[in-house]
Amino acid sequence: MPEQMQPQQNSRETLSFYLVGAIFLVVMPLLNVLPSEESWLHLSDFRLNQFGKFLCFAILALGLDLTWGYCGVLSMGQGVFFGFGAYCMGMYLALQIGKESVYGSDLPDFMVWTQVKELPLFWYPFKSFWGGILGAILVPVIFATIFGFLAFRSRIKGVYFAIITQALAFAAWLVFNRNETRLGGTNGLTDFKQVLGYRLSDPSTQLGLYILTVLALIASYLLCRWIVASRAGKVLIAIRDSESRVTFSGYTPWVYKLFVFVVAAGLAGLAGMLYVPQVGIITPAQIGVLPSLEVVIWVAVGGRGTLIGAILGAVVVNFGRSVLTNYFPEAWPFILGGLFVVVVTMFPDGLVGIIRKLFSGGPPAAGVAMPKPQAQGGR
Amino acid sequence: MKRGPCALAIALSIALSVVLNVAPKPVNAEDEASTPAAVPSAPALSPIEQALADLSSESAETRSAAVALLIEEGDASLIPKLDEIRATADRAVRQAIKPVVDLLKNRANLSSELPDYRRSAASDLASTGRREAIAWLEAAAAKEEVWWVRYTMEESANLLELRSGDLAARQTAIKKLGDLRSQNGLSTLQELIESGNAADATEEQKALISTATAAVSQIESWSTKATIMETIFRGISLSSILLIMSLGLAIVFGLMGVINMAHGELMMIGAYATFVTQQAFIAWLPPEHFDWYFPASLPLAFLASFGAGWLLEATVIRFLYGRLLETLLATWGVSLILMQSARVYFGDLTAVIAPQALRGGAQVMVGVYLPYNRIFIIILSIVCVVGIYYLLFNSNLGLRVRAVTQNRNMSACLGIPTRKVDSYTFAFASGLAGIAGWALTMVGNVDPGLGQNYIVDAFMVVVTGGVGKLAGTIWASLGIGGLNKLIEPFSGAVYGKVFILVGVILFLQWRPSGLFAAKGRSADA
Repeated sequence: MPEQMQPQQNSRETLSFYLVGAIFLVVMPLLNVLPSEESWLHLSDFRLNQFGKFLCFAILALGLDLTWGYCGVLSMGQGVFFGFGAYCMGMYLALQIGKESVYGSDLPDFMVWTQVKELPLFWYPFKSFWGGILGAILVPVIFATIFGFLAFRSRIKGVYFAIITQALAFAAWLVFNRNETRLGGTNGLTDFKQVLGYRLSDPSTQLGLYILTVLALIASYLLCRWIVASRAGKVLIAIRDSESRVTFSGYTPWVYKLFVFVVAAGLAGLAGMLYVPQVGIITPAQIGVLPSLEVVIWVAVGGRGTLIGAILGAVVVNFGRSVLTNYFPEAWPFILGGLFVVVVTMFPDGLVGIIRKLFSGGPPAAGVAMPKPQAQGGR
Repeated sequence: MKRGPCALAIALSIALSVVLNVAPKPVNAEDEASTPAAVPSAPALSPIEQALADLSSESAETRSAAVALLIEEGDASLIPKLDEIRATADRAVRQAIKPVVDLLKNRANLSSELPDYRRSAASDLASTGRREAIAWLEAAAAKEEVWWVRYTMEESANLLELRSGDLAARQTAIKKLGDLRSQNGLSTLQELIESGNAADATEEQKALISTATAAVSQIESWSTKATIMETIFRGISLSSILLIMSLGLAIVFGLMGVINMAHGELMMIGAYATFVTQQAFIAWLPPEHFDWYFPASLPLAFLASFGAGWLLEATVIRFLYGRLLETLLATWGVSLILMQSARVYFGDLTAVIAPQALRGGAQVMVGVYLPYNRIFIIILSIVCVVGIYYLLFNSNLGLRVRAVTQNRNMSACLGIPTRKVDSYTFAFASGLAGIAGWALTMVGNVDPGLGQNYIVDAFMVVVTGGVGKLAGTIWASLGIGGLNKLIEPFSGAVYGKVFILVGVILFLQWRPSGLFAAKGRSADA
């Protein structure tokens, strides 16, 4: 477990984080701006924008790693919180389109063609920028608080919790697909023009958003590290390894679980908020059961229980996806499914585990692996 | 001189087509001129033959008289002759013949051997609006044995009477429609009331209001009852579908602690096995044996899913025992692969044609219609439950399965080969999924997303029911299925699902590990 790691290993993770941070924050933008377009070193605007998207996913994965990797609470509904954040930001951006829309109306296009004459009340807060930002964080946080309170207080745990959150993702997907929720139905929100007066089509705006995303990722990482290293973080790990013993020691596990679940939801909202202006569209397809599960596979591939693993997994899997779907569009579900099976059965520590093995030349450091079944007793 | 009769004929044919409820279409004068000359009448011809000949006459008056006679006297044996005339005649004659043919066909079908034909003939006759049909319908109803067909005949006769009779006959027709709880008559009756209340209503229309109002309220109170019955039936039907899917899931979860997310895809395999069998029957066997594909595909569906499950257990799941969340993820991966394989191999549009015996449905009472395929699934789920109970509680294998479920280590110590029990049970549960898929081909398309459509619901059932007792699964599927159909009319399908989710979460507040929780030492596993 991270807190038991030798100082050397801990510093290694810090070092690798600084290295990765420097690459994303300094090197990649410079490669985008400095070399001429023809140079092989040049990073195209498209690629930079794509990495911006991956880093949003990395923030999302960090949240899940915190709940699943550290606390043992597998949420299969992270896509919902991501979607809440993305839709809040999307609503703000949709209102910023103004008269530039196809129909020249103040209302977003989809409202024109679904015969909505007036802006629905719940859209009003999103007329302001801060409304969008606050909504993107607060809506997932509040929703997660209510949902988590109901779930954890009644000691729904493990697989039960996973299934309930999956049903949540399914239900949210159904609801967001409806037209009468006034959120654009299946088409979602799209065709955004500007944010705070900056044109979204401008490469410089996209570069700014990219740097913002990297900074947000660094801040999220530091937040998660702080949580993990704190006393509460030790309780989280204890809950993961044996919840009953934590209870018998006088702690109230559900409060810790709720806390970490809400933090993860907030991070997911942040990720969604940064995702929308960079990708330019948000649809219910980003919310459903499968997108939520993909988050799980990123964390599993990267290596759960290590924060850097979540970031690594999100970037690697998504980069692989964007490359592979280019060449073999039909093969991606096979690869994704295969990754699930292979990682779970053969590499429970993910990429980080493999790298550690290579560096230390021996078996992975004790405590990094997930608890073995015997520790939980029964079955 | 020729123009005069021609114009008359056109005017008459338009008038005729209005009478016959056919949209008037201008008749081409040249067409009319080229009509074959009428066969000169000979005294030897019978009235019907005479009328047949008159149909091609130039004079519209003669034609309509012929039509009336044919409808009055004719029978189905005339249809070939009429068709013959229709094939050569011009448009005006064709228009005149069409209702005759329809009426005669329907009249002939009234005494068909198939009840469905008799019924649809009866309801068709109601919409033609010709008085002659009343007598036929009443005669047919007197002979009819299937009550539901007789009901439709009486309903049609009264509807015709209502439209065309005199005041007293209409009054009795309204009363009878009310007594019959005729759903088809409802809109006509409501129109009657409306026109009776209108400012320019005639005395006759006003006289009908009170009778019609009484009949409408009679029909409506009945239809409320019928709706309740149908809702209950739909609830049970959905419950049985949920049950048949969750059974295998619950067994695997309870026995081995494996969350099998690929269960839906094992169902899909069963469904595709049915589809392949159907295609094989179409390709290699004469069409009269076609319906046998369905029973023949049952063992195939079971075996295909059984084999797939056995393979899955041997290659993936055996490495993951005791790690619940990991089984969930790995089986998800498998399900993605299976789904994509089906999509690549079969494509998206494949459907199974239901065998004759499962098409249509039973009319148990007025307004309550039970489709045979739904009844079939209800019966199948009952058979499955009984079979599983028998297997678990009356067989050697069942004894071992229960022992391993209760205490794995102790059973191993007592010499039960737990690995083998696991492997057989998993394969058996997969075979159950195959049977579920086989049955589901009767209610929906066979497509790669088949499993995904139901898997979330099936897991809700397992979670609500609790682990380790089949009774939990049964009650939970009854509860969730029933509640779903109860809410649906008010909330729509989507919000119904959302309400169910909220309901399940609230239910788990009260019972965190489901209806029938495992008790004792292993409970916290």
